Amino acid sequence: MSASIQTADFDLATELASLRSGRAQVGALVSFVGLVRDFSDAEKIESIYLEHYPGMSERALEQIIDEASRRWKLLGVRVIHRVGELHPHDQIVLVATASSHRADAFAACEFIIDYLKTSAPFWKREQTAQGAKWLDTKESDLQRSARWNHQGAKK
Amino acid sequence: MKIKLLYFGRPRENLRLSQENAELPLNTATVADLLGWLRRRGPDWAAEMTENRVRCAINQELGTPASPLRDGDEVAIFSPISGG
Repeated sequence: MSASIQTADFDLATELASLRSGRAQVGALVSFVGLVRDFSDAEKIESIYLEHYPGMSERALEQIIDEASRRWKLLGVRVIHRVGELHPHDQIVLVATASSHRADAFAACEFIIDYLKTSAPFWKREQTAQGAKWLDTKESDLQRSARWNHQGAKK
Repeated sequence: MKIKLLYFGRPRENLRLSQENAELPLNTATVADLLGWLRRRGPDWAAEMTENRVRCAINQELGTPASPLRDGDEVAIFSPISGG
């Protein structure tokens, strides 16, 4: 179970190999990779800048992973969130889960990214030809996160 | 009451301030009171420090306008979270 906040890129295959390494009881690996899109609100994105709250961001990711581990049977979790300036097609975030069976790995991976989006202190500023704009929390992300508020199952 | 204030995202950029130590008036009991006190600093602050525009964390846990403040708290004020 580990979380990293870094400017450097990550390699999905390396992270998954590390997550299953030496654990023959792992029967399922699930991963989510979030990427920088090149369009938002019909404006072409030149770059995004990702800011975080050092100290709280690491703690928030660990709390989310702990909560996922309480709800599902997990053998490993890896979360990487990049910060700083990123460009379209760049990888932003990785959530990877390992478990004996796929149901736990799928659910935990979705839960972790949904909660991360609404409770971990990261902020995106989009740079377009029209200027820079700090993004707000999306209503759809709030709804996705709220689905997990009751028990382990999503509504 | 003395607190440490941190700013992130939109308010940090618009107010050109990332952190400060603040001595709050005695009647500043909650985050809502703190925002009201900050709004009195001038038009830029009045525009930025509204309950609609900002979110908060107290001692690195997410809070609400009703969250109480205590001496020595680390209070962060920021635009809505948008990571991932």
